[in-house]
Amino acid sequence: MDFLNGLIAFLNFVFVPGLAYGSQLALGALGVTLIYGILRFSNFAHGDTMAFGTMVTILFTWWFQSMGISLGVLPTALLALPIGIAATALFVLATDRVVYRFYRRQKAASTILVIVSLGVMFVTNGIVRLIIGVDDQNFLDGARFVITAGDFKTMTGLSEGLAIKSTQVLTVVTAILVVAFLFWFLQKTRTGKSMRAFSDNEDLALLSGINPDRVVQVTWILAGALAAIAGVLYGLDKSFKPYTYYLLLLPIFASAIVGGLGSPIGAIAGGYVIAFSEVTVTYAWKKVLGYWLPENLAPDSLVQLLSTDYKFAVSFTILIIVLLFLPTGLFKGKSV
Amino acid sequence: MTAPFLIGETMTGGYGSANILHDCTIAVEKGQIAVIVGPNGAGKSTAMKAVFGMLKLRGGRVLLDGEDITALTPQARVAKGMAFVPQTQNIFTTMTVQENLEMGAFLRRDDINKTMEQIYHLFPILRDKRYQAAGELSGGQRQQVAVGRALMTQPKVLMLDEPTAGVSPIVMDDLFDRIIEVARTGISILMVEQNARQALTIADKGYVMVQGANRFTDTGAALMADPEVRRSFLGG
Amino acid sequence: MTRNVWLFAGVAVLFILTGQLQSWNLSLSILNMCLLSAIMAMGVNMQWGYAGLFNTGVMGFAALGGLAVVLISAPAVPAGWAVGGPGILFALVVGAAAIGLAIVVYGWLPKGRTRTAAMLAVLIGGFFLYRYLFDPAAMAVESNDPAAAGNIGGLALPSLLAWPIGGVLAALAAWAIGKIALGLRSDYLAIATLGIAEIIVAVMRNEDWLARGVKNQTGLPRPWPVPYEVDLQQTASFLDGAATWGLDPVTTSSILVKLLYAVLFAVVLGLVIWGSERALNSPWGRMMRAIRDNEVSAEAMGKHVTRRHLHVFIIGSAVIGIAGAMMTSMEGQLTPGTYNPLRFTFLIWVMVIVGGSGNNWGSLLGALLIGWLWLIVETVGPGIMGAVASGMADGALKTHLIDSAQHMRLLTLGVILLVVLRFSPRGLIPEK
Repeated sequence: MDFLNGLIAFLNFVFVPGLAYGSQLALGALGVTLIYGILRFSNFAHGDTMAFGTMVTILFTWWFQSMGISLGVLPTALLALPIGIAATALFVLATDRVVYRFYRRQKAASTILVIVSLGVMFVTNGIVRLIIGVDDQNFLDGARFVITAGDFKTMTGLSEGLAIKSTQVLTVVTAILVVAFLFWFLQKTRTGKSMRAFSDNEDLALLSGINPDRVVQVTWILAGALAAIAGVLYGLDKSFKPYTYYLLLLPIFASAIVGGLGSPIGAIAGGYVIAFSEVTVTYAWKKVLGYWLPENLAPDSLVQLLSTDYKFAVSFTILIIVLLFLPTGLFKGKSV
Repeated sequence: MTAPFLIGETMTGGYGSANILHDCTIAVEKGQIAVIVGPNGAGKSTAMKAVFGMLKLRGGRVLLDGEDITALTPQARVAKGMAFVPQTQNIFTTMTVQENLEMGAFLRRDDINKTMEQIYHLFPILRDKRYQAAGELSGGQRQQVAVGRALMTQPKVLMLDEPTAGVSPIVMDDLFDRIIEVARTGISILMVEQNARQALTIADKGYVMVQGANRFTDTGAALMADPEVRRSFLGG
Repeated sequence: MTRNVWLFAGVAVLFILTGQLQSWNLSLSILNMCLLSAIMAMGVNMQWGYAGLFNTGVMGFAALGGLAVVLISAPAVPAGWAVGGPGILFALVVGAAAIGLAIVVYGWLPKGRTRTAAMLAVLIGGFFLYRYLFDPAAMAVESNDPAAAGNIGGLALPSLLAWPIGGVLAALAAWAIGKIALGLRSDYLAIATLGIAEIIVAVMRNEDWLARGVKNQTGLPRPWPVPYEVDLQQTASFLDGAATWGLDPVTTSSILVKLLYAVLFAVVLGLVIWGSERALNSPWGRMMRAIRDNEVSAEAMGKHVTRRHLHVFIIGSAVIGIAGAMMTSMEGQLTPGTYNPLRFTFLIWVMVIVGGSGNNWGSLLGALLIGWLWLIVETVGPGIMGAVASGMADGALKTHLIDSAQHMRLLTLGVILLVVLRFSPRGLIPEK
């Protein structure tokens, strides 16, 4: 029974990756939930919006790198990120002006808006593929590890190493900063409160003199920024491939729905629930159990509940369970 | 007789192609309480919504302090000093009482704290619950939040659509008391009410509407004393 | 009416032109794909047009159809089946029983902690028991001759039989998903079907014991009456016929095979249209449209809306499954890797919307038009792009542009969808 080594293995293979992935999902789900709460439709184009933001950031990262600019230990992408955010915000504002505004004026049903968002998804996906291609892109530079497994083992003398990648730290720190800013904005500023009022009761908000166009614009800007940040963090941590971002739609929507569509806190909670569930269910627990259980109970098989290919089955199952038993989600978002 | 502060003159119109209102006139003097009563489907709420600009008038006009506001949108009329409390969904349930009041004053750019103090003075229970989500309050308290929200713009006219719908009699009396207090500060009140008897007791002017047209128009006391009105609408 | 005839005539011209300018083989293979897509579009149309259901899981139901073809018509692998087949079956039964028991517990016990605990116990215990039985059996099957087999094999029955079975498989999946997700918001149904499709394809990709996974199951027999080209090329009567007409036997055999497929598919298509039109004009159809146009009134009149929606969802998915089965039969192999949501789910939706939702003929027209566009760009796209970019200097940008002809079609498809939704939302052939 070797508790410490088991704990380190757990932290290294389950907890830290889950934390990073959960932060990325949380940021993605926040964008989706904002759009749902205020614009009242599920934006299927969000995954590809993330890809768009990441693409712009990658292009400028390459440009900076070619000019010899770098951020030392931090990834150069951080320098390019503000440009990516601005570009994504402009892009989504443009799609709203050209595509969605028409249907909003008509008070079209939300299903129509979802189908329209499919069209926007194609166009965005096509643009991204056209500009940057379909291949894997790795744009991480700077220090890869805050602490490597080897260093950790040397420092502590344990047989298990805990590696912490710089992108993981970056993801968590950025997520905390972004969430803090978002909550400050929504709770303390006039515009933020007007957005919450608009989401709560649109007619009354209009009666109170709240400008709907302004609310819509700010929503798109925030959603676009969140998409760009989430996309870049995910791309730095894993890698950038347009198809992957489409696949992220499922866990992101699962996170938003599990937390309660329309509730920002719910989106964050949902992100971590989904991420940790995915990692926990697809991890081979043989190693950790081997450390934590007494000798004679140690498992022979991998003790992997589901293979990693079925990651999506996990988010999907949780989604179904929530839809069946708690349709408004953990934090009571907009109901069915 | 002085010109009324707010008047919807000979209003004719409806939501779709059919007219609900036929030559209906509703008016209220400055600082007074005018009440619209009548049977179900008489067009009471429609008349008030017409004064607020929520439906298109095919005939007649609306004047506020002598100014023709018939063409203005409801939001524009709010800017002119009108306030409207809908019958349902009249508060932001997920926001705190204080935030509801802040949203009521959204159009104002000056310091709203004094006005908020006045509201808390008028509705003391709201001060206790100021940081609580408005959706958690009781029915009567929610109505107070709704009225408070509307008063935050320091309006000249306050319009209430069935404010006592679904509240208990004690709460209703309480609400009416506060409405009288509001009127005493110089704000004109226009109110649609189901509880005709109680409403007319506090009314300076009463309008009994039937099928979209004025039927009886007089002071509240006179209507209460009129045997025909009592027989038809007040249950004898 | 005449307008519709002109529209179809226009599309026919496209196919004839392709035949003349490129090759008849190309034109016919595009036609076959379009016919299959048309059937899938009709399934989607049933769900959307009759019941307002937004099904983004077309890919999954089509894949299930393909799976049925493998299970029914692939050659048998007796050794594989013997060593693990019964074991896998037993494990699946146990798993299903666990879920069933959990549902019984849910209905039995009153709401509360005990019920949740009991359900969790049943499900978790059932899962581990299932894995305990399943893993050794599956591994045994997969280690049996993995290069050539490694799966449980098929029943070696005729292909044509597999097609309705494909519909049945899809219908079963639709029943399960519908039971859970219908009656919720349409957005939720969209996400749920998106997920189920990904999972179905993931299962097919990873469970080698089922259909060889990504090793692909080849050698699926042709449906009667379609012959193999090589057989045709050795038949005397065929060679004589080809000689009389002065045609090259190799190309002609290929064209003949495709024509036969086209006829087969057209027959099925005709059956679907006939059945669907009959249903539309029946009391059932009128009721469905009444429900769609005003759910609240219909519900008040006592029509059990969700149950009707479930029926439509199942039937529509079954149609998609049949089309998927036919596609796999025609390709002669099951390649899980080709099931991608773009080519299936989203392309079909564009066909439905552009053609005209709520209208079978619209789906057919949409499928022919959009399918033709999609597949023609694949072949002539790089050529056109090359011509457009011929004035440019050689270099990375030029190669990139030519390579990206494929992505242009994604872009154009999206733009077409948006334009149609905005300016002509009822499509080319609006609902009557």
